Amino acid sequence: MSETTTTAPASTTPRPPSRISRTFHILGLLRESPVGMFGAALILFWVAMAILAPLLPLYDPLEPLAPFQPMGAAAPDGGTFWLGTDHKGRDILSRVIWGSQRVLIWATLSTVVAYLVGMLMGSMAGYLGGWWDEIISFLSNVLLSFPVMILFVIIITLLGASGLNIVIAVTFASAPGIMRIVRGLILDLRTRDYVFAAQTRGESAWYIMLVELLPNARGPLIVDACLRLGYTVVAIATLGFLGLGLPPPEPDWGLMIKEAVPLGSFAGHAMVVPAVALSSLILGFNMLADGLREISLRD
Amino acid sequence: MLILTLRRLASMLLIMLVVSFLLFALFETDKLDVAGKVLGPYSSEEQREIWLEKNGYNEPFLKRYVVWVGNALRGDFGQSIQLKVPVSEVLGQRLANTGILALCLFLLMIPISLTMGIFAGMKEGSFRDRAISVTSVVTTSIPEFASATLLSAIFVFSLGWLPGTSSMSGGFDWKQLVLPVAVLLLYDLGYVARMTRASMAEVMTSQYIRTAILKGIPYRRVILKHALRNALIAPFTVIMLQLNWLLSGVIVVEVFFAYKGFGSLLYDAAVFGDIYVIEACTLVAVFVAVFSQFISDIGYTMLNPRIRF
Repeated sequence: MSETTTTAPASTTPRPPSRISRTFHILGLLRESPVGMFGAALILFWVAMAILAPLLPLYDPLEPLAPFQPMGAAAPDGGTFWLGTDHKGRDILSRVIWGSQRVLIWATLSTVVAYLVGMLMGSMAGYLGGWWDEIISFLSNVLLSFPVMILFVIIITLLGASGLNIVIAVTFASAPGIMRIVRGLILDLRTRDYVFAAQTRGESAWYIMLVELLPNARGPLIVDACLRLGYTVVAIATLGFLGLGLPPPEPDWGLMIKEAVPLGSFAGHAMVVPAVALSSLILGFNMLADGLREISLRD
Repeated sequence: MLILTLRRLASMLLIMLVVSFLLFALFETDKLDVAGKVLGPYSSEEQREIWLEKNGYNEPFLKRYVVWVGNALRGDFGQSIQLKVPVSEVLGQRLANTGILALCLFLLMIPISLTMGIFAGMKEGSFRDRAISVTSVVTTSIPEFASATLLSAIFVFSLGWLPGTSSMSGGFDWKQLVLPVAVLLLYDLGYVARMTRASMAEVMTSQYIRTAILKGIPYRRVILKHALRNALIAPFTVIMLQLNWLLSGVIVVEVFFAYKGFGSLLYDAAVFGDIYVIEACTLVAVFVAVFSQFISDIGYTMLNPRIRF
């Protein structure tokens, strides 16, 4: 039934698929990859949790209720602590769900900023070439020669721990890698006919970079963005774990683990729950990227 | 080949130069801040000025930088503010500890991940390939401190088999090495295995392997004599580059298990504001990263005659 409804309009309208459907064509193909579907499901689950957090019947993630309750314990007001409570008596289920919102917002924001910077750098290095390329590539090599976590620790030590500084740190760490990929793609695309056509029309270099080249480089970038979102989630959580991340008391997965580990001998669930949540989200990003790569290699 | 080596060497030196200048500029431009960190927050303005004068901080910036680089090249990174001992002394000791960790990791990781990758890549798309690939995605997806949490929940808190901290305060104890190495191994294994698999799978589809099989050479022999030789070039590069990752990974793992290595030294210094230790650690880390990249580039060129020029 669903087959006929999806194919029927396509056969009656012979016009080429719209820009949006072409962009998401690859996501439609994802149905053929079980690994990718599973990854997408994991991500969708956490995104749904993050969006629905204010609507779900949860305890206040900041309110101390009853400390060290095990999983499924009864709450004082007659409810249930499905995943128990932490050392301050805060409901872990509520903190994990609110924590997903926080990590997803900051990871997305950081990745988007890193992408904007990386794509700009990459297009300039690839399209303008010459000294631009030399300087941008050298700066990227310098930044890429730092082990990532060391770069994070140095930047956060110098600037202090805050959301904005995490965005800056992620941009410094990720933009050089994005720049390299974009530069490679642009070097390949810049000899295409449509670029010559635009040059002959007298379009400016910025127009060609932003309107002609970048949209055509999106394929490999989607896979990379997916992986990078995963890395950024790891980075934000790791900084939280090291005490260099987003400031408390707002729930943060990394910080939850940091606080729970010293008490692990009698409240193990308080550290296991956020660790499992974090791992499942990263697994989602990696599996989705794997599925997308497999599909894009096929055609 | 010689020209390539020299060019790589030159770019390596240039990167080290820029990195050292950046570090120096970031941490030591503000002289009064340095003096405040060394003498403590309650030192008076006068004391700081005297200290700055005595330690040559009133020289021009560039001259200070040259002196600093000269000292660093001779292994003199100054005195640790927090630990009150020469930085080179504590750094050497901590690097040796991390070296033990890295040695154990590589001794286990290389054979296991190569075997996994080769078996998976031998027959692309087979059940064995799928199983190994999915396993390696899963293990690589678990961040180090999450797997450290899960492993200690099982082996330390539930079963009580292993110690939860690895500070080695009562002398060397191999039991304290198990969990840190396991955490690093779990994360790194999958990555190298996937790279090996991709390289092996690519070789297996090449013409010369098909010819060898069609000639009737036993399958075992085709794999061992013909395929592996080419399939192992890419993993060599990947394994060398793991050194760069390791310097990141050990920060989290050593902080988690309180292991007295390079990573926890850098972390403590960063939290305390021990600038001389931060500078020294970062320089060493970037040097190791750049040098392993250099070795991997040169090694790749030597192993792969097709790109030698």
